[in-house]
Amino acid sequence: MSADVQLQDVWIRFGDFVAARDVNIHIKDGEFFSFLGPSGCGKTTLLRAVSGFLSPSQGEVLIGGKNMSGIGPNKRPTALIFQNLALFPLMTVWENIAFALEVKGMSKAARRKRADELLDLIALPGQGDKMVNELSGGQKQRVAIARALAAEPDVLLLDEPLSALDLKLRQHMRTELRAIQERVGITFIYITHDQGEALTMSDNVAVMSQGVIEQVAGGNQIYDSPETAFVASFVGENNYFAGTVRELNNGLAVVDTPSGVLAARAVSRNDKEQLSVGDEAYVFIRPESLRFSQQQELDNVLSGVVERQEFEGNFWQVYLRVDGSARIVTLSMVNDGHSVGYEVGSRVQVGCGSDLAVALPQGPMAAE
Amino acid sequence: MFQFWSDYFRKNGLTLGLFLLLSVAIWMLVMIVLPQLYMLDFSFRANVPPPQWGTDSHVYTFEHYQYLIYGNVNSTDAFNYIDLGVFGRTILASVFVTLIDVCLCYPVAYYLAHVAKGGWGRLMVMSLIVPFWVNELLRAFSFKVMFGASGVVNNVLVGIGILDQPYDFIRENVALYSGLCYAYILLMIFPIYNAIESLDKNQIEAARDLGSPWWRIHWRIVIPHAKPGITSGCTMVFMLTAGALAAPQILGGPSSLWFTQLVYKWFNNSANWARGSAYALVLLIACIVFVLLMMRIFKVRLGEIAR
Ligand SMILES: Nc1ncnc2c1ncn2[C@@H]1O[C@H](COP(=O)(O)OP(=O)(O)O)[C@@H](O)[C@H]1O
Ligand SMILES: [Mg+2]
Repeated sequence: MSADVQLQDVWIRFGDFVAARDVNIHIKDGEFFSFLGPSGCGKTTLLRAVSGFLSPSQGEVLIGGKNMSGIGPNKRPTALIFQNLALFPLMTVWENIAFALEVKGMSKAARRKRADELLDLIALPGQGDKMVNELSGGQKQRVAIARALAAEPDVLLLDEPLSALDLKLRQHMRTELRAIQERVGITFIYITHDQGEALTMSDNVAVMSQGVIEQVAGGNQIYDSPETAFVASFVGENNYFAGTVRELNNGLAVVDTPSGVLAARAVSRNDKEQLSVGDEAYVFIRPESLRFSQQQELDNVLSGVVERQEFEGNFWQVYLRVDGSARIVTLSMVNDGHSVGYEVGSRVQVGCGSDLAVALPQGPMAAE
Repeated sequence: MFQFWSDYFRKNGLTLGLFLLLSVAIWMLVMIVLPQLYMLDFSFRANVPPPQWGTDSHVYTFEHYQYLIYGNVNSTDAFNYIDLGVFGRTILASVFVTLIDVCLCYPVAYYLAHVAKGGWGRLMVMSLIVPFWVNELLRAFSFKVMFGASGVVNNVLVGIGILDQPYDFIRENVALYSGLCYAYILLMIFPIYNAIESLDKNQIEAARDLGSPWWRIHWRIVIPHAKPGITSGCTMVFMLTAGALAAPQILGGPSSLWFTQLVYKWFNNSANWARGSAYALVLLIACIVFVLLMMRIFKVRLGEIAR
């Protein structure tokens, strides 16, 4: 079974501190849903509200349409995988996995059988009699998943489960997690501060900042059409130019900036925040959207001086000091076998089409 | 072994290493080993006045141990039911006191370690420690007053109508057991507290999240984790209770004797140091054997309780 999860007008306060501010989210059943945000933004707090360790100061959590207020974590159809896994070190691997079944009063033989099945599922067959501490990091990770799945939850909650693993294993586990989710078919709610994880695994991502949900959308939507300055600056690399909206037509904003006039798609998260003429705005242009242009054939043209360039293997990263901008602008170019061909210190022109630039109302940025 | 010592000296240097080693060795020898060896030697010798110690009349004999078992140094016809009875009752009562202390202290320790936060927790710890600044004798006598016929306990119970007339808590040893339970309560709370405090809170939450009711969380997660602390608390409380003297002397009912009181009687009133030593050693060894047996049964290794 699988269930949808709704957060309705959820506020969570610790004294005067607001850890979650008016959160409204509908997570569909069977979905792989991620919360993405810098650490301390309130992700764990929200997850604890879903799992029942914490009740919202205001608002409701609904799982499978049922209001969860007053229902404790041991009675909710959720299972949580903790940031530090919290495996039971004094129990063997199979006892860990079968703990939820032991609670249900299942016989030892049946428990053992089910634990062995789950060990097969997580590709650790025959390891049931080991102690938890004899396993490697990645294996522990999988045992934690199996232990949670043994409870047969409708919703699996994962709190940065891969953060303790090294890079290679982390990338491997991403694929594996997604595969497990597709096999068991239940709703996964995944928390991470790693945008790579969120974008690769999820059906939908909620980007959070300081207790506020900034945007909920699919991964490519988040990347291509960020709705707030925070999302644009937090997800992926971005160059930005502050300016004033001079003109608006058909969703296209023309913004006066010290570096020149830039045309960009005007985006906002709601009608209230929509840009209008005279507003202060940011124009975001991703490094890979910029390219060198000799002629003026592009909508947006910036001129500047090459500060330095780095060879990253599959692409070149070029750092430019653009006229009128105090910040260094980066440009990345796929390595097509030719060298970049611009000397450090040479004057160049770069640009992009207006469809690749996004104009957003000014607002707080993600910390560098 | 060689590795251990070479590491030890490399870490501490030769001078400091030797100094530490010697001071520990001297401490062990003078404070612990020698006195006990003296007692051991004494317990196997005839009881002669101090001037004759070490002379020919200070012969080796089993008579003191024989006396404890048969009540007579010459015959083995009848058992010494009185002394053996006191011995058995002391062990049993000590077990009982230890069990009560575990039951009382485990919840308190758990509360202190995982529930009480900041100032409130410190206040509780203080209110546990401060009463122990009062010395043992004063505490025992105040218990005696409190549980006496016109003490506060009887007054309250009679006052609210639970009892018709004052109950003799002293004669029935209620005062004694209460006093003994209270006497070493800190030695139970702190080891358990230490053990529980080192438990990752997430484990408790994980168990709860997997549907576990509170009692199973304690049974499967907290108690197994706290086992070394519980064992070390139990060991200390049991040993100290079995060896207590002041509380039984002051709070014990007229008909009940604690084994230490017999030991004391031999040393003091009867001036029979040899027999006193024998009695004391039997108590010591019985306690050690009992504790080791219990550790065996509950599968705790000796190293664990020193954590
Ligand atoms: N029990 C609590 N009491 C007070 N503040 C808390 C509590 N739990 C979390 N916070 C605060 O709420 C904010 C969000 O925390 P958390 O949800 O753990 O962030 P994240 O998981 O996104 O890193 C943090 O600033 C944290 O200090
Ligand atoms: Mg967190």
